[in-house]
Amino acid sequence: MVEIMVLPPARRMVLWGDTAVADRAGAAFGLALPHQPCRAVEAGTRAALWLGPGEWLLLGPDGDDPPLAPALADLPHSLVEISDGFAALALHGPGAARALSAGCPLDLHEAAFPVGMVTRTVLGRIGITLWRRAAAEWRLEVPRSHAAYAEDFLAEATRGMPGF
Amino acid sequence: MLIIRCPYCEANRPEPEFRHAGAAHIVRPLDPSATTDAEWAEFLYHRDNPRGTVAERWRHIHGCGRFFNALRDTVSDRILSTYPAGQGRPE
Amino acid sequence: MIGASRQEGMMQRLLVGRMFQGRLVPDSMRTEAGGRIDRARDLRFRFDGVDYLGCEGDTLASALLANGIHLVGRSFKYHRPRGILSAGAEEPNALVTLRRDGGRTTPNLRATQIELYEGLEATSQNRWPSLSTDFGALASLAAPLLPAGFFYKTMLGPRGWKLWHRLFEPLLRRGAGLGHAPTQPDPDRYARYHDHCDVLIVGAGPAGLAAALAAGREGQRVILCDEQAEPGGTLLTEIRALVDGIPAREFLARSLAELSAMPNVRVMPRTTAFGLYPHNHAGLAERVTDHLAAPGQDLPRERLWQIRAARVVLATGAIERPLLFPNNDRPGVMLAGAARDYLLRYGVKVGNHVVIATACDSAYLTALDLAAAGVEVKVVLDLRSSAEGPLPEAVRKAGIPILTGGRVLGTHLRRLRLDSVLLGRADGRTRWFDCDALLVSNGHTPTAHLAAHARAPMHWNDTWGAFLPGSIEGVASIGACAGATTLAEALAQGAALFAAVPPPVEAELPIAPAPGTLQGAETGCVFVDLQNDVTAQDIRMAVGEGFRSVEHVKRYTAGGLGTDQGKTGNMALFALTAAASGLAPAQVGTTTFRPPYTPVTFGTLAGPARGDLFDPVRTTPLHDKAVAEAAVFEDVGPWKRARYFPRKGETMHEAVAREVAATRATAGMFDASTLGKIEVMGPDAAEFLNRLYVNALTGLKPGSCRYAVMLSEAGFVMDDGIVARLAENHFHVTTTTGGAARVLHHMEDYRQTEWPDLRVWLTSTTEHWAVIALQGPKAREILIPLCEADISALPHMAVRDLTIAGAPARLMRVSFTGELGFEVNVPARHAPPLWDALRARLAAIGGTLYGTEAMHVMRAEKGYIIIGQETDGTVTPGDLGLPEGRAKPDFVGKRSLTRPDMLLPDRRQLVGLLTENPAVMLEEGAQLVTEASPPPGTPALGHVTSAYHSPALGRSIALALLAGGRTRLGQRLFVAGPRGGIAVTVAPPVFLDPEGARLHG
Repeated sequence: MVEIMVLPPARRMVLWGDTAVADRAGAAFGLALPHQPCRAVEAGTRAALWLGPGEWLLLGPDGDDPPLAPALADLPHSLVEISDGFAALALHGPGAARALSAGCPLDLHEAAFPVGMVTRTVLGRIGITLWRRAAAEWRLEVPRSHAAYAEDFLAEATRGMPGF
Repeated sequence: MLIIRCPYCEANRPEPEFRHAGAAHIVRPLDPSATTDAEWAEFLYHRDNPRGTVAERWRHIHGCGRFFNALRDTVSDRILSTYPAGQGRPE
Repeated sequence: MIGASRQEGMMQRLLVGRMFQGRLVPDSMRTEAGGRIDRARDLRFRFDGVDYLGCEGDTLASALLANGIHLVGRSFKYHRPRGILSAGAEEPNALVTLRRDGGRTTPNLRATQIELYEGLEATSQNRWPSLSTDFGALASLAAPLLPAGFFYKTMLGPRGWKLWHRLFEPLLRRGAGLGHAPTQPDPDRYARYHDHCDVLIVGAGPAGLAAALAAGREGQRVILCDEQAEPGGTLLTEIRALVDGIPAREFLARSLAELSAMPNVRVMPRTTAFGLYPHNHAGLAERVTDHLAAPGQDLPRERLWQIRAARVVLATGAIERPLLFPNNDRPGVMLAGAARDYLLRYGVKVGNHVVIATACDSAYLTALDLAAAGVEVKVVLDLRSSAEGPLPEAVRKAGIPILTGGRVLGTHLRRLRLDSVLLGRADGRTRWFDCDALLVSNGHTPTAHLAAHARAPMHWNDTWGAFLPGSIEGVASIGACAGATTLAEALAQGAALFAAVPPPVEAELPIAPAPGTLQGAETGCVFVDLQNDVTAQDIRMAVGEGFRSVEHVKRYTAGGLGTDQGKTGNMALFALTAAASGLAPAQVGTTTFRPPYTPVTFGTLAGPARGDLFDPVRTTPLHDKAVAEAAVFEDVGPWKRARYFPRKGETMHEAVAREVAATRATAGMFDASTLGKIEVMGPDAAEFLNRLYVNALTGLKPGSCRYAVMLSEAGFVMDDGIVARLAENHFHVTTTTGGAARVLHHMEDYRQTEWPDLRVWLTSTTEHWAVIALQGPKAREILIPLCEADISALPHMAVRDLTIAGAPARLMRVSFTGELGFEVNVPARHAPPLWDALRARLAAIGGTLYGTEAMHVMRAEKGYIIIGQETDGTVTPGDLGLPEGRAKPDFVGKRSLTRPDMLLPDRRQLVGLLTENPAVMLEEGAQLVTEASPPPGTPALGHVTSAYHSPALGRSIALALLAGGRTRLGQRLFVAGPRGGIAVTVAPPVFLDPEGARLHG
C-alpha cells in the first residue's frame, strides 16, 4: 500500500533574493521559479521549490551545475549549496498520506494539499520538506542526520495501518 | 493544538509548525546607548500579561521561517488576526 | 447469589447439555432468546480463578451477570462489597484487572466496557485474600473515624507529618488503591495518526446517526465515532418505535449500511473521544485489538487519533443517576436503564425478583421489559407523589404494583448480595421486600464533558436537574446531551444541523426528563460517590467546615475523583453542596471537566514514540568510522559523539591521557561535524554580523577568521564560534553543537524584524559540511601532501577554499586545543574517504584519534570556555575575561553590559583552581567557600564549572566562576564536598602556554 524509497543523492541549492533574482535564476536554471506560496515547479530533471518569501530550494540531479552564480553575480542574493545536507525519501501508494499523517499534523487530503504543493513541516520529532508530486507520490527532503529516523518512523507508521 | 494562519504561506497551519516569540510591538530603541537604565530595563523585561487580547510574535519555524504577529484572546485562545511583522496592530 | 435461582438455572442448562471441562457451568440468568449476542458462540473466561461461559457479543459485566454474579469488587476506602452499577463508561464499581501475560496487564478496566473474548482472564481488585473474605473490610468498622478530610486534619503540624510517613502512608498504600500497575514493559504496539474532517460526530446514537446521514449525504468529510463496539446508542434497545416506517433497530442497520457505503464517511466503533481541545482539535482513542482473543502481530493495540474538525457535533447522550438512600451501594443495586440494557442487548436478566425505585419515568420501561422477559417485578416505588402518563399506565396494565411518594429506607445483604429492601410508603408504613436486585433511577445527567472541555458555557436546567451545555462556535451539542427527550427530537436535532428532514417516528413511548431528588440522603450511610466512598454526610460536613466552592468540596471529600470522575455521582455532589450551603445549584456550578473522558492508556498517548523513535538520534557522516575504531560514544543533545577511543584494556582516564599527550606531541584527529554552520551572504552581511557579535567583524579581511561571542539582548553570553569571511559579501559562521538552531533563530529574528533593511540572507549548512579537526605540531605536515594548494604559509585564523584529497574543501586554520591546528570542512559524502586518507598519514607519524573528552581536557588546559559549562545564562563576556566590545558602536547586548548589576565588583568571574593535593579532582558544580567547614547557610562565592586531570600539567585542574575572582588570584579557598572542604588556590584560567607559542607554531 505504501512504498518507501531512499532516493539517490541530488544537487541542492538554496537561493535567496528578490523578484529580479528569481527571474534571472529561473532563466539560468531553465524553469520559472514559483512566486506563489508553497508551490513547486518541475521541468525535466530540475525543480524549484518555494520555501518562504524570497527563498527557494533548487533541485537537480547529482552533479548538476547550472550557471546560476554567473547569472546572479551583479544582483544582491544568496546562493548556497547544501547537497549533502539532506537525504530524500519517496513515498508511493494510496496509503502514503495516511503513513505521513502518523507524524505530520497537516491536512494531507488532496483538496487541502494538492499535487504541486510543497512546504516545510514536521514529521514526528523532526522538520522535513514535504512535496506532493502526484496524488499518491510524495517526496520528503530530510536533514541528513534525521533520515534514518524518518525512514524508521514511516515504516512503523505503515505497520497495521488502517486502510482509510 | 492551535490553528494559526500564516500570513506568508496564506494558509491555516497547526501549532507544532510554529514557535512563539514573545510580545509583539516592542520596539528596540534605535540608539540603546541613549536610554536610561530604567528605560532599558523596561524594554528588556517588562511585559503586560492581560486577560483578553494580546499581540504576540510567532515564527513559522517549520514552514516558511517568517516571523509575524498575531492577536490572540488569552481567555478563549481564539486567534483574531495574524499580520506581517512591521505592520501596526490592527484595531 | 441466590441459591434457589442458581439451581433452577442448572436444571435448565442440564436440559440443553451445556458442559465445560467436564463440569457444568451455568449461565443461569441468560434469557432463552433475544439480545444482540451470538448464542452459538460460547466463550470461556475466567474471573478470580473460576471458569465461566459467556457468549460472543457479551461484555465481561453481562457475562458475569449471566452467571448470576453481581459482586465484582471492594470499595476504595471501606472495602465494602460492590456490584455492577451500570452498563457503560460511567461504571464506578466494577473495576477489574485484565491479564493476558506479564506485560499485558491492565488494572482498573470497567467490566461494563470489556468485550468478552475466548480465554479472557480477569481478577477483582482491592481485596485480600479474596473477594468474599476481605480483611480490609475491617476498615468499614472504623468508618465513623475516617470522615472526609481525616488525613488533612490528623497530619497537620510536624508531629502529624511524622505520623503520616511512618504509620498512615504505608498502611494506606497497602489498604487503598485501585489495582496494581504492571511491572514489565508493555509488549504491545501503539499507533498515532492525525486526521482532518469537515464534521466530527461523537456518539453514534440516534442524534449522531441522523447528523452523520445528513452531513454524509451532503458530501462532507465525516468521522462518526462511538465508544461502544456496536454503534447505535439507545437505538440498540429501542424495541417499540418505528423510524421511517421500520423498526428502530432495522433503521439503525439500514443507516449504518448507508454510511459505510459513503466514501466520505468513516464510522469508528470502539473509539472514545476523550478530549476536545482548542480550535476543534479532538483526541480519540481507538481500541483495535483488546476485544480479540489472538491479536495479530502487526495490529497496534490502540490508535490515538488527533482529529481536526471544521465542525464538532457532540451527541454523547446522558448518564442515569442512582438514587440516594442508606446502604445504596450493595451488590444487586443497579441503574434501571442498565438492567434494561443487559436484558435487551445481552439477553441477561439481572435478577429474577426485582424491586424498582425511581424518580424518573425511564424505570417504567425497565419494569415493562423485564416483566415481559419473565422477571418478577415486585413493585415500582416512585419517589414522586404521583405516577401518571402512558408509561405508568402500561406498567399498571401489566399488573405491576406502583407505590408513589415512598422512599427506600434500607437494604439488606446476605452472602454479599442484596436479598431484600425496606420501602417506606407515603403514609409512613414500611415493608421489606425480598428481591435479588434493586433497580434505581434518579433522572439523567446530559454528558456535557466534551462541550465543557471546549469551554462551552453550562446552563442549569430545572427540568433535567442538571447542567446543559451552551453552544460555542464550531461545536454543537445534540440529542440527550443537549436536552432532547425523545427519539424523534434527537433525530430531528441531528438532521437540522445540516438542514435535512428527519425520518418520522411512530409508536415511541416517550420519557420525560426528571430533575431527580435528594430524598433519602438525609441520614445513614448514603453513598454519593461509590468509587471513592464519599457519603452525603461527608459533603454536609465539608460545607459545615467552611468549604464553599464545589471545587474545594471535591478536593476535600475526594468526590468526583478516580477513574470514573464522578459520572454517576457528581450531580448529587453538586446538589448536596448547594443544599447544605443554602444555594441554588446554578449558583454552585460544576467542577471543571478535564480530559480524558475515560482513562486513556499511557501507551496510546506515547504512540510509537519509544525506543529508537522516542527521540531522533543524530549521527555524523563519520559515525561508522568511529564505530570501526571502537569509540565509546556520549550523547551531546541529540548527537552521538565519540568520547574516546580506548585501546585494549585501557580505562577512559588512560585513553584520554594518551590521546591528549599524543595530540600535543604529534597530532590528533577529531570529528567536529556536529558544529553548527550558517552561511551568511549579501551586501550587508558584514554589517549584520557586526551587530550580532561582540567582536568587530566589519574589518575582517576575506580569507580570515575571528573567534566571536554572541550575546542575548540582556547582555549574557549565548553562543560562540568562528566567523570566517570567504569574500566581501560571504561569511561562514560556526556555532556550538547545541546552539545551532537557537543561533539561527536569533539571527533570523534580528534580520527579519529589527533590521529588515539589511540585504543579508542566512542558510544553515550544518549537515552539508562534515568537519575533521586536525590538531598538533605535526598537523600541517600531515595535511600538506593532500592539499592541491600550498598551505604551508597559511597563518593562524585563516580560511581557504581548496581541494583536499580530491574533495572540495573549506580549510580553516583554527584551534580549540591550543596547538597548531586545522578544521577541514568537506561535503558530507567526502568525509569518510578524507578521514581514511588522514588516518593513514596520522598513523605513520604516531598521531592519534581523539574524542570529546580529550577535546574538553585540552581546551580547559587553555582556559577556553564551553557554552553551557562556563556559562549558564547569567555570565557576561567581562565575567569570562573576554572582550566586551567597548570600542564598537551598538551590538546586541551591548547596552545591557553597562546596567548597574553588570558593573558590580563581586560578579562571578572565570578563574582557574589548583587543588593543594594535585591528585584530587574537584566535582563540577561544587561550591566555593572561604572556610573548610563553613556553618550551614554560608553563601557560596562561586562554583566549579569544569574539572579534569591535565596530562600536560600532570595534575588536576579546574575552572570556576568566583565572586570577584580576578582580585582573588593566589587566595586559598575551599571547595565544599561531602567529606569536608578541599583546599584550592585561585589561579589564572589559562594553565598551558599562555603566550600561545604552540598555537602559532
